[in-house]
Amino acid sequence: MNFPWLLIILLIPLIASVLLFIPKKYVIFKDQQIALYSSLITLLFVIVVALQFDTSSNAATQFDISFDWIPVFGISFHLGLTGISLVLIALTAVLTPIVILATEHEGQKKNREFLMWILLIEASALAVFLARDLFLFYVVFEAMLVPIFFLVGRFGGPRKNAAALKFILFGLAGGLVMLAALIWLYFAAATQLGRGTFSISALSNELNLDIWTERWLFLGFFFAFALKAPMVPGHTWLPDTAEQATPGTSTMLIGILDKVGTYGMLAILLPIFPNASKEFAPAIIGFAVFGVIYGALIAIAQKDMKRTFAYISISHFGFIVMGIFSFTSIGMIGSTIYMVAHGLSTAGLFLTAGYLIRQKDNSLIQNFGGLTKAAPVMTGLFLVAGLASIALPGMAGFVAEFMVLTGTFQVYKIPAIIATLAIVLAAIYMLWLYQRVFTGNENKDSKNIVDLNKKQILILSPIVVLTVLFGFYPTPIIKIAETSIANTMTYVGVTDPQPIIEKVVSK
Amino acid sequence: MIAAVIALPALSAALLLSLGNRTNKFGPWMAIGASASSFLIGFWQFLQMLARPEEERTVITTVYEWLAVPAAGFKVDFALQLDQLSISFVLLITFVGTLIHIYSLGYMSHDENQRRFFAYLNLFVAAMLLLVLADNYLLLYVGWEGVGLASYLLIGFWQHKPTAAVAAKKAFVANRVGDFGLSLAIMTMFIVFGSVSFSDVNEGVLGAPAWVSLTIGLLLLLAACGKSAQFPLQSWLLDAMEGPTPVSALIHAATMVTAGVYLIVRSASIFNASEVAQTAVIVIGAISLLMGAIIGAAKDDIKKSLAGSTMSQIGYMVLAAGLGPIGYVFAILHLITHGFFKAVMFLGAGSVMHATDDNVDMRRYGGLSKVMIFTTITFFIGYLAIIGIPPFAGFYSKDHIIEAALSHSWWAGAAVLFGAGLTAFYMTRMVVMTFFSKPRWEDDVHPHESPLSMTLPMILLSIGAASMGIILTNNHMFEHWLEPVTGFVEPEPPFSIQTITIITLSVVATGVLAAIWQYRKIAKVAPKKVSFAVTAARKDLYGDVMNEALLMKPGQALTRALNIFDKSVVDGFVNGLGLFTGGISSRLRKSETGYVRSYAMSIVLGTAILVIVLLIVRL
Amino acid sequence: MNPDAYLVLSGIIFSIGTLGVLLRRNAIVAFMSVELMLNAANLAFVTGARVWGNLDGQTAAFFVMVVAAAEVVIGLAIILTIFRTRNSASVDEASLLRW
Repeated sequence: MNFPWLLIILLIPLIASVLLFIPKKYVIFKDQQIALYSSLITLLFVIVVALQFDTSSNAATQFDISFDWIPVFGISFHLGLTGISLVLIALTAVLTPIVILATEHEGQKKNREFLMWILLIEASALAVFLARDLFLFYVVFEAMLVPIFFLVGRFGGPRKNAAALKFILFGLAGGLVMLAALIWLYFAAATQLGRGTFSISALSNELNLDIWTERWLFLGFFFAFALKAPMVPGHTWLPDTAEQATPGTSTMLIGILDKVGTYGMLAILLPIFPNASKEFAPAIIGFAVFGVIYGALIAIAQKDMKRTFAYISISHFGFIVMGIFSFTSIGMIGSTIYMVAHGLSTAGLFLTAGYLIRQKDNSLIQNFGGLTKAAPVMTGLFLVAGLASIALPGMAGFVAEFMVLTGTFQVYKIPAIIATLAIVLAAIYMLWLYQRVFTGNENKDSKNIVDLNKKQILILSPIVVLTVLFGFYPTPIIKIAETSIANTMTYVGVTDPQPIIEKVVSK
Repeated sequence: MIAAVIALPALSAALLLSLGNRTNKFGPWMAIGASASSFLIGFWQFLQMLARPEEERTVITTVYEWLAVPAAGFKVDFALQLDQLSISFVLLITFVGTLIHIYSLGYMSHDENQRRFFAYLNLFVAAMLLLVLADNYLLLYVGWEGVGLASYLLIGFWQHKPTAAVAAKKAFVANRVGDFGLSLAIMTMFIVFGSVSFSDVNEGVLGAPAWVSLTIGLLLLLAACGKSAQFPLQSWLLDAMEGPTPVSALIHAATMVTAGVYLIVRSASIFNASEVAQTAVIVIGAISLLMGAIIGAAKDDIKKSLAGSTMSQIGYMVLAAGLGPIGYVFAILHLITHGFFKAVMFLGAGSVMHATDDNVDMRRYGGLSKVMIFTTITFFIGYLAIIGIPPFAGFYSKDHIIEAALSHSWWAGAAVLFGAGLTAFYMTRMVVMTFFSKPRWEDDVHPHESPLSMTLPMILLSIGAASMGIILTNNHMFEHWLEPVTGFVEPEPPFSIQTITIITLSVVATGVLAAIWQYRKIAKVAPKKVSFAVTAARKDLYGDVMNEALLMKPGQALTRALNIFDKSVVDGFVNGLGLFTGGISSRLRKSETGYVRSYAMSIVLGTAILVIVLLIVRL
Repeated sequence: MNPDAYLVLSGIIFSIGTLGVLLRRNAIVAFMSVELMLNAANLAFVTGARVWGNLDGQTAAFFVMVVAAAEVVIGLAIILTIFRTRNSASVDEASLLRW
């Protein structure tokens, strides 16, 4: 067996979360340091793996590592790296240290517990993106709820308990339906293949379900992923949770964990249920476009910063889903880049605003105004994050949004046109928010706001650098994701539409 | 080499913004240096281009592969196209841009955020250069939004003023409406031609069905309307005057707002292929040029009046660009001459404001010619140029547009002729109210001439405004220069050229005389009792009122209603489900009485029922 | 051997025990009724063992006895504690664990 890179990547945050509880007389590191160093080591390993990743290979997965887990049911502990998972674990590995650094105040007296949950989120996110066994995927998919539940419930705002409860109920509702579908899938596979298996590659390569079974199973899994993503109308948990959670929690939740929904659609739904996916695609595109516009419109009317960000994310998840179900290379790769761009911009928005919100202990927009003079750097960074979020050209979000729209436009003209309207709405919600929070007359309170210090600027700068970098040079993401997207297209059995007019001059 | 033209100001902007206050001292000089070296490199490239034979003048430099999805045949390079059209823009942008950098040194010397101002100016120059040098529509889009961002930042530069922040947002949103058109146009290009580069699209459109050129043409027109403040997306430009005056000169007069004209000329073959799209362009241009002129004639705010004038002059360019090959060259020619004379007038307005404690009300000016010699002379040259008095620059460019419009149709010709008269009227009004007539300023205002850093750019620009026309049109030089890129057809107006010149000049003279007669006496406060037409013009011909009534109010109502809907219906369903479950369980739990004996009873009964059921099933 | 009589007896004892649990308020008596039910079950087990001629039923009876003995220890302790704190052994009065 090759060197177990993926297992190590997964184990580092898990071990670190245990190390946090070693009595302090035996270790020289502080809690913060343990968490930070372990997440940096994870990042280092992910970079090493990314450098070794063979973009020219056609293999479905690389770096595979597999143990028998419950052999009776054909369950194995199988980790493997597809292009899409590599992109997402890289996002996870980059955001976690930033969150740990930026949230040193959030845990307060319960800092150790806070860090443990953050590390557990990282571990579960890595596991869910690496899982190549559907049962393992399901287990982690459910386990992910726990850290967020505690982070919201123990560190959140005044209505944290209600928010945490709502979050976990939505998560469990999706998970339950998925479990039922999973069991059904197992028996369907066992009947057809003669052996029970949860292997994602086996299920997508060998299984050929009858259409009604496939439809029901598709809907079961889709329900779970759509609640997680979240898609309108199953989205209402997100604003409540984001409003009550601390900025660090929200970054981990919206920036990373919600991607599990869209990742699941791309990596599980399409390969395993290709026919049903094709059948339901138009309806899902409809829902997605509706979500894009709906989220953007409601974001305009919000009175609370964190809720605004949540609705912006709902709009963006609409874009991601739209790109995935366009079944075009451009759309799907666009969605993959979108996940990265959205993760980065969400982190930028939540963390920058977090520094501001902390100073007033309040995130209502009306309480702010005229901060340009007192906090110019914060103003600037927020504007950059905001512009990244509304897909300003030159930022990663633009490449992603344009590709998603183009991919969709190739197949679904009217939905793409409607979704394009969101670029106007985006300008309104973001710039209006910026105008109300940062510009205008300086009032008594705004003079007391302290600007970001050097350390905080340094913490946030990787986000800005990466956003601009991928805006001008998205090739690494495209190259990494290309093969898995091509494989997915083959599973679904679709090809890219050709230009209406052949090129006059072929370059 | 050509990439350096963009890279220098971009790098300078990045340094100024990221290093912060450390660059306060040398920052402005670095920004000026970056812009000036861009100009020098651009000029060097221009000389090299002149040295090459005509057919080798288009050079495409691929810097790197920007976006490529080979599986889908999708490939967009970060590639720069240097040809006669783009180098003309490069020279205009960097030359005027550098002068305005220098002007800002004096104008913004008292502002504590001077460094940030210069960073934004550099950012603007870089983005604008990217816009005109891009070899494909997607990269153009990057520059297109880049200048929009710079414009947003600069309009809202004085962010502590709520009006400035609102105006900045309005400009950006209006631009984004245009971007909606540009995005869709680019997407349509891709699905039709499989490429978004200028060369592929321009060649592909020749063999394409009619709907292609019509669709793309109209979408590009929408984009141009947003960026160039043309009807119906014009209303942001007047508000944009909230920005510092150098910004108004550079971005909202000389360069950025003309990007729409560039876009149309760059897409010449698309518009050539669709007569409907062309007509739409002409109509939009005609409406805008008249609207702008009417608004300009009613405003007492000198900058807003100039902004109306800008809208009107860009209307001329757009109209000319809509005329097809007979007009493209003249649209660009007018764009360049306008860049000079409008910049000089905006800088003059800035100089006047600088002298009168930032007062913008022309009714409180008057007689400034006696105290501000350089400003008056340079402004007056700009004035002569814009109303089209030979041999000043505007005469050549505008006269050609009138010829071209007349050879297209009588109504286009009538619009531009009438516009020329209106231009003469409002510009004369402005000059009379500002520099001549009796002084009407407050007693504590002491107007004075501006420092050299401000007057020098004005002098240089006014030389251009005076001479550019003669130089460029001498021997049809400019027509021949641009012909390989845009194509050119000699206009064939129904009258002889001499007749047209005489008609135009007499219309202009009428406008001038009317203004002098009308403004022989000027009240310090604008008269209240005025005709309906004047009221309408003062209110920007109800552009804002319409936006508010048709878009803003319903939009706000919609977002509020949706928010309530989301809370009460969508989330209400979820919460209702929770309450329902809770309600049922709180009723069911009443059965937990706490009496051991009743529990025992339920066990017995349950067992009995189980036994009975089992017995029945077994039977 | 005919087990009917034994089983009928076992049923009767069991019914008496059940009624005792359901009807009597005194905890001690209810407790004793439970013991009656257990013993009725034991009787049935032993009868079964006798009828089938193997030890399974007897083994089960021993299990029941052991469990019953353990239950007596804990049950009586609980009843005693309740009686001490509340001065009453009525099962109806100790109804704190309701909804």
